[in-house]
Amino acid sequence: MAEYETVIGLEVHAQLTTKSKLFCGCSIEFGAPPNTHVCPVCLGLPGSLPVVNAGAVERAMRAALALGCTVREHSVFARKNYFYPDLAKNYQISQYELPLNENGRLVVEVEGTTREVIIQRIHLEEDAAKNIHGAGSGESTLVDYNRAGTALMEIVSGPDLRSSSEAEEYLKRLREILMCLGVNDGNLEEGSFRCDANVSIRPVGQKKLGTRCELKNINSFRFVRKAIDYEVARQITVVSGGGTIRQETRTWNETQGKTLPMRSKEEAMDYRYFPDPDLPALAVTPEAIEAARAALPELPEAKRARYLAELGLTAADASVLTGHPEIARYFEASVAALLARANKLTRDAAGKRVANFVQSEVLRYAKADGLRVELPVTSDHVAELLALVESGEISGKQAKSVLADVMASGKSPAKVVAEQGLSQVSDTAAIEAAAREVLAANAPNVALYKAGKTNVMGFFVGQVMKAMKGAGNPRLVNEVLQKLLSEAP
Amino acid sequence: MRDAAGMAVTELAAAIASGELSAVEVTRATLARIAARDGVTHAYLHVDSEGALQAAAQVDRARAQGEKLGVLAGVPIGIKDCMCTRGLPTTCASKILEGYVPPYDAHVVERVRAAGGVIVGKLNMDEFAMGSSNENSAYGTARNPWDSARTPGGSSGGAAAATAEGLAGATLGSDTGGSVRQPASYCGVTAIKPTYGRVSRYGLIAFASSLDQVGPIARNVRDAARMLGVIAGHDPRDATSVTRPVDDYEAECGKDVRGLRVGVVKGATDRGCDPAVVEAFARTQKQLTALGCELVEVELPHQEHALAVYYIIAPAEASSNLARFDGMRYGLRVNGDDLRDTYARTRGAGFGPEVKRRIMLGTYALSAGYYDAFYLKAQKVRTLIKRDFTQAFSRCDVLITPTAPTAAFKFGEKSGDPMSMYMQDIFTLPPSLAGIPAVSVPCGLSPDGLPIGLQICAPELEEKRLVRIGHAFETAIAWNHRPPRFS
Repeated sequence: MAEYETVIGLEVHAQLTTKSKLFCGCSIEFGAPPNTHVCPVCLGLPGSLPVVNAGAVERAMRAALALGCTVREHSVFARKNYFYPDLAKNYQISQYELPLNENGRLVVEVEGTTREVIIQRIHLEEDAAKNIHGAGSGESTLVDYNRAGTALMEIVSGPDLRSSSEAEEYLKRLREILMCLGVNDGNLEEGSFRCDANVSIRPVGQKKLGTRCELKNINSFRFVRKAIDYEVARQITVVSGGGTIRQETRTWNETQGKTLPMRSKEEAMDYRYFPDPDLPALAVTPEAIEAARAALPELPEAKRARYLAELGLTAADASVLTGHPEIARYFEASVAALLARANKLTRDAAGKRVANFVQSEVLRYAKADGLRVELPVTSDHVAELLALVESGEISGKQAKSVLADVMASGKSPAKVVAEQGLSQVSDTAAIEAAAREVLAANAPNVALYKAGKTNVMGFFVGQVMKAMKGAGNPRLVNEVLQKLLSEAP
Repeated sequence: MRDAAGMAVTELAAAIASGELSAVEVTRATLARIAARDGVTHAYLHVDSEGALQAAAQVDRARAQGEKLGVLAGVPIGIKDCMCTRGLPTTCASKILEGYVPPYDAHVVERVRAAGGVIVGKLNMDEFAMGSSNENSAYGTARNPWDSARTPGGSSGGAAAATAEGLAGATLGSDTGGSVRQPASYCGVTAIKPTYGRVSRYGLIAFASSLDQVGPIARNVRDAARMLGVIAGHDPRDATSVTRPVDDYEAECGKDVRGLRVGVVKGATDRGCDPAVVEAFARTQKQLTALGCELVEVELPHQEHALAVYYIIAPAEASSNLARFDGMRYGLRVNGDDLRDTYARTRGAGFGPEVKRRIMLGTYALSAGYYDAFYLKAQKVRTLIKRDFTQAFSRCDVLITPTAPTAAFKFGEKSGDPMSMYMQDIFTLPPSLAGIPAVSVPCGLSPDGLPIGLQICAPELEEKRLVRIGHAFETAIAWNHRPPRFS
């Protein structure tokens, strides 16, 4: 049996984070009562005209520049004509022959193999309304035009991906970049980041692309993988059984775990694209392009490299902390604040301490909603807490309970520690007094220790801590006990 | 009381401002005249007596309180039924929009209201502005006040007829390929098609977006200039709206035209013009020479393709613009077995034959495999037509042609033959495709006693020149003819 290679290209529809729609001033707020964010323009009422939202152009351009695209100084909006009730005008304003952005790239890495994916184009278009089928008696369809006219950018990759894992990785990296730029909120559930996949197979070594099928309805990373894997297996079965693949659009059916045919190439619509006469060519000045390029933030990839090189993080830690722009900002703010408080710490050490604490303690309570993340405490409080641990005022274990109290009360960590008398005893004299008492009361164990059974040290530490009601600084307790045991005859 | 129907817009506004006439009196008189005469003329599809009287009363109140009045204060204005009027039916003379009441005013309607204009009603037209005779109205044809057996022209036939018969002080029409100029020519009144983008299209129901412009129709050039001054200007809601400040058009009236270079297109009247039109056009040239204008022969070599280009571009845009009329959100719905069937039945019942013909033409021209040969090619030729004008205007200041090849024709004369009907637009199409401004002014009567129109074209945004020469010409020939049954 021949070996087949999988070829995948992805089309991502990412909703832009503008406050208003692409061609009118209506709000794009999600979840508003149906048909409340509408006006003559997005309802396509007779006589209404579109005017381009400059913020949407700027955001699409930002994404394009971050992905290395060329921004066209003159791009053209075109009408894509087809009849469906979710399109108020029965045409969608999109870009066709001359899109805003072209020719970018995104490198993805899966299990040590890197793959360069060409971004063929990034263009602007308006979203359709939402059809709600089965309303009323179950036979009618209601249309909610709140979503109609929302600004989208369509990001089209070349047929450069070779497996479902690469496809998933590409989507994750892309989503992360768009979120980092603040142009998309990455919200898959609300549909603000959607994807279609073009999938084909060809015998290994063959240059010519196989016949592709377009997969729709794959709006989670998991579905993308499952649908592509199913589709590849289906195509291999067809081809190795002597059949041929029909070019068609297929939809992922999660219940059946299958892709099912929607329409064939022959049934494909002729969209009769032509330049929208209501909109002059979209002009972007070279100055605006350069200003946008200069204003690009540090991208996740560069952030990860920096966290590894400067802050001593592992690749896994860096990946988690750069996964969301707000978390990365929070992490860096916490590190900076900690360094300000504990100036003996190296950047490396501070980075590690914050990374561990944020990942193991703080993120458990974090709630992400698109580009917003609700964090349980401020980065200043994280730094204050870790500085208290660093100075020996409280133990690492105590830090967790202090965090809980800070979260509950909103008081600063120092205040919580003071109010609860949690300060560790770092007074060597007090620790020494307690240690002497413990050693005196446990002469047989001291003898054991001296005979080489050093594991009784844990017992001594426990006894000293108990005597000090847990307030002793464990590091100092250890040091003092060791000193006393080595001194004693 | 002076008869408002016989007064110019500027005279009416002055009489109301001085208190000689009240706005309510003028409105009542106009409404009475409509009631008495529009049974025959059928210029109006909808008369808003109540709204008009309220607006007029508002003008009178404002005057009584010493407020500054707008330049149209108290003047009765009719609006072609393809411009949205809040709370007033707007149907484009189509069954598919029967009973449709827009929730907003078109930009031009806002401007007219802001200037104190009293909107008396909505005017008859060819369905969706597609036609040259008003025979394509779904609600019965408007008739020419000069001869009710004849067409008032189209598509703004109702607007031209109402203006000619004094059923409004002035009206607003829309012009895509000649739709204010040709009916103005047939009805013996003046109409200006502004530069594309000079007047906002916001709220004008689109026929062919790259060509559509709202233009005033008035009984004289000064009135048209005043109306243009009211509706022109930038509107951020129309991305094709021009930002340049608006000129004082009215101030051009009475200015000298000596030395003005008037281009006459070589062989202009060789193409199927009635002898009466040829004669009127020749006489016009003499009159312009007598006014001190210098006649220059110019060539527009690609003009002969204008008709073909127009009948690809305009239907292509229309096929897309009219897709929204599908029975889902507003207007007519004829329920079918399923979604497709409902679309088909609704549009089948809602659109008239000419609209269907153009939707089909346009759909074909944009189809895969035909786009390059038709739409793209037409756009290229359009660029050449535009260039012809640019070159011609390097040798002249304005350019003249007849407005239409004939005077008003009889109903039924051309309705069976779309091509001969389309030929009515041969002179008005090139300036539309080039996006330049043009005016139609009466230039005489045919032996049958029917008005003939002169078209004057100017370079982009040079509407001032149209007003200057139009006014000088109108004054020189002392045009004051009214339809025989005017008074």
